[in-house]
Amino acid sequence: MITRAEVPHPQRRSVGVHLLLRFLETLPPYRWTRARLVQWGVTGRTAVIAVPYLWLLLFFLIPFVIVLKIGFSETQIALPPYQPIFAWTQERILEIKLNVGNFLYLVEDNLYWRAYLNSLKIAAVSTLLCLLVGYPIAYAIARANTTWRNILLMMVILPFWTSFLLRVYAWIGILKNNGLINNFLMWLGVIDEPLVMLQTDFAIYVGIVYSYLPFMILPLYTSLEKMDLTLLEAAADLGSRPWKAFMQITLPLSIQGIVAGSLLVFIPAVGEFVIPALLGGPEQLMIGKVLWTEFFSNRDWPVASAVAIALLLLLLLPIALLQRAQAAEARSA
Amino acid sequence: MASSPSRADSKTPVWNDPQAAPYINIESVTKKFGEFVAVNDVSLKVYRGELFCLLGGSGCGKTTLLRMLAGFEEPTAGRISIDGVDMAGIPPYERPVNMMFQSYALFPHMTVEQNVAFGLKQDGVPKAEIATRVADMLNLVKLTQFAKRKPHQLSGGQRQRVALARSLVKRPKLLLLDEPLGALDKKLREHTQFELVNLQEQLGVTFIVVTHDQEEAMTLATRIGVMDAGRIVQIGTPKDIYEYPNCKFCAEFIGNVNMFQGQMIEDEPDHVRITSPELEGTIYVNHGVSAASDAVVWAAIRPEKIQLSIDPPEQQDNVTRGIVKEIAYMGDLSIYLVQLATGKMMRVTQPNAYRHADDITWDQQVYLHWHASSPVVLLE
Repeated sequence: MITRAEVPHPQRRSVGVHLLLRFLETLPPYRWTRARLVQWGVTGRTAVIAVPYLWLLLFFLIPFVIVLKIGFSETQIALPPYQPIFAWTQERILEIKLNVGNFLYLVEDNLYWRAYLNSLKIAAVSTLLCLLVGYPIAYAIARANTTWRNILLMMVILPFWTSFLLRVYAWIGILKNNGLINNFLMWLGVIDEPLVMLQTDFAIYVGIVYSYLPFMILPLYTSLEKMDLTLLEAAADLGSRPWKAFMQITLPLSIQGIVAGSLLVFIPAVGEFVIPALLGGPEQLMIGKVLWTEFFSNRDWPVASAVAIALLLLLLLPIALLQRAQAAEARSA
Repeated sequence: MASSPSRADSKTPVWNDPQAAPYINIESVTKKFGEFVAVNDVSLKVYRGELFCLLGGSGCGKTTLLRMLAGFEEPTAGRISIDGVDMAGIPPYERPVNMMFQSYALFPHMTVEQNVAFGLKQDGVPKAEIATRVADMLNLVKLTQFAKRKPHQLSGGQRQRVALARSLVKRPKLLLLDEPLGALDKKLREHTQFELVNLQEQLGVTFIVVTHDQEEAMTLATRIGVMDAGRIVQIGTPKDIYEYPNCKFCAEFIGNVNMFQGQMIEDEPDHVRITSPELEGTIYVNHGVSAASDAVVWAAIRPEKIQLSIDPPEQQDNVTRGIVKEIAYMGDLSIYLVQLATGKMMRVTQPNAYRHADDITWDQQVYLHWHASSPVVLLE
C-alpha cells in the first residue's frame, strides 16, 4: 500500500529512474489511485494494522462464508457434492436458491440434538475434572521455588512435543482389557477378570482430561503466580485460617485464570473428534464424530456444514465470555 | 510530642518501675535463616500502652522480630510472651495481634469496607455489629466517603489509612506496624505521624513500630530500641538515645555527630580530659567515666551543641579553630562544615536567630567551642 511518493530519498536513485518515476507520477491512473487512497485514509499505519485483518479475512471469514454457502445448498451426487446457490437462468436472471432444509434437519432429527447435548455434557464434566486436577498442580507449581517451578512447568508442557494422536493412542494400550492397568490389577489379585474401561465414557474423560490439562494449568499458574503472598499473611493476621484464606483470597484472585483455563478446555472439548473416536464406544454420540461421519461417510457436505455452523454459534457464547474475562483482567492490571 | 498515657500519668515511667509486668516479653530470642542469624539473642520488654519503635538500618533484623511477634516466623531459640501467654506454636490467626504491612497488603478484590470488615467476619461477629464497627473505624480514619471503592482507586495516603483501619478494627491488644509511613511523602508523613499518636492514645493499644527513619522514631515513640546486626544495642526514650547514646553505632545512627577517637589523659571521678590526634586542643568532660585510663575512647559532640564565633571565646577548654568550607542555609538553621587544622571536618549547626546573621562566611577562620557537658564519651 506504500505509494511511490512515500518512498524516501528519490535523489539517490539514478537520474533515469527518477525521471521515469516523476513521469509516471504525473499520469492520471497513478494520481487517481493515490488520491483515492488518501481519501480513504490509507497510510503506512493503516497498512500495518490491515495485516491481521487480512489474515482473518483470508483464513477465517472467507472459509466461514464458503462453509455457510455450502450449508445453504442442496446435496447432489457429483463433484463438488452440492448444488450451487447462485445460478444464471436462461433469461439471464441471477437465481439464488437458499436451502434451509439442512438446518431444519438438524432440529428435526434428534440425533443432532442428542449429539450436541452429549458433547456439551462431556465437555462440561471434562472441564470440571481438569479444574479439579489442574488447580492443585498449578498451585503447587506457583508456590514452588524458582528452580522447581521451571522444571515442573517444563513437565506440564513436555507432552506437547509428542504427537497428540500418538498420545491418545497410547491410552488404548493402557486402558484396554489386556492393557497395563488391567494386567497390573490382575497381577495384584485385586480383580479376577479385566475391567472394561476402553470404549466407555470413562475412557473419553481420561483422554480429554489428559490431553487438555496443560491448557487449564498454564492460565491458572499465571494467575496464581502473580498473587502477592503477603495478602495471605494479612488474612492470617486478621484471624483467617489457611483454608478460609484460600477460599476468600486465593480463589477469588485466581478467578480469571479459572475462567480462561475452563474456556480453553471447554471449547475444543465440545468439538473433539479424535478422543471419542479412539477411546469412546460406537454408541457414544459426540458432535465432532457426527460431523466427521456426515462429511466423510455420508458425503453430505451441506448437512456437515450446517452442523459445523451450529457448533460455531453454540461456542460463540463461551468465546465472548472469555473475551470479557480478558478485558476485565486488562482493566484490573 | 508523643505523650503516652504512661508518660503523662506519673513521673516515673512504667519501664523504670521494677514492679510493672511487661506486656510483651521477648526473652533471648534468636532467629536463624540457615546460617544467617537475623535476630541474635534479643531481650525486650514492652509495657501496656507504649508506642515502641524498633529502629535500625535495612537487614538489622527489626522486621524479622516483628514477624515473630505476629507469628509468621517461629524463633529458633528464646521465648515470646504477650500478656503473660507464651506465643510458641500459636499460629498468626490465633494471636491477639494485628499487623499493618509495609505494602499495606490490602485485598485488591474487596472494597475498602470489605477490607476493614474482613477481620471481624473471620471471628463470626454478628453482621449488624460488623457494620457499625466498620463505619466507626472508617469515620475515625476519615474514609467514610471511600467505603465502596477498591484499593486501586485510592491514593497512597488513603490506602495507608485503610490498612490502619483494618488492623485496628479488631481492637487488638498489640498493633505491629512495619514501616507504616514509608510510602508517604514528607508532608503527609508528618501529618500521619501525629494522627497515629492520637489514635494510639485514644484507643490505648500497644504499638510496636518498625522503621529505618530516625525522625519517624523520634516523633512517634515513647521508647526506641536501636537495632544493629540482629541485636538491640540500646533501648531508651528518644531523648536518652539522642543525648546519651551508649555506643558509637547509636551516636552515629541517630542524628549527626562529630566523633573524635582519642585517649584519656586525665581520668578523675568528676571530670575526664581526652586528647585526640584529630583535634588541636583537648576535650574536657565534666563527669567521670568508668574505663581504664589508657583505653581508646570516642568523644561524640552533636553539631547543634557547638558554638561558632569569629573572636576567640573566653573559655580555655573545649575550644578549637578552623576554616569554614561549606555553609548550607536551611532557613531555620544553617549547617557549617568547618575544617580543623588537623584536616578533620566538623559539622556545626547554628539556629538563625537573627535575620542578619551573615557575619560568618566561606573560608573564614572561626573558633568552635562547646560546653563541658556536651561531649559524650563512648567506649565502643
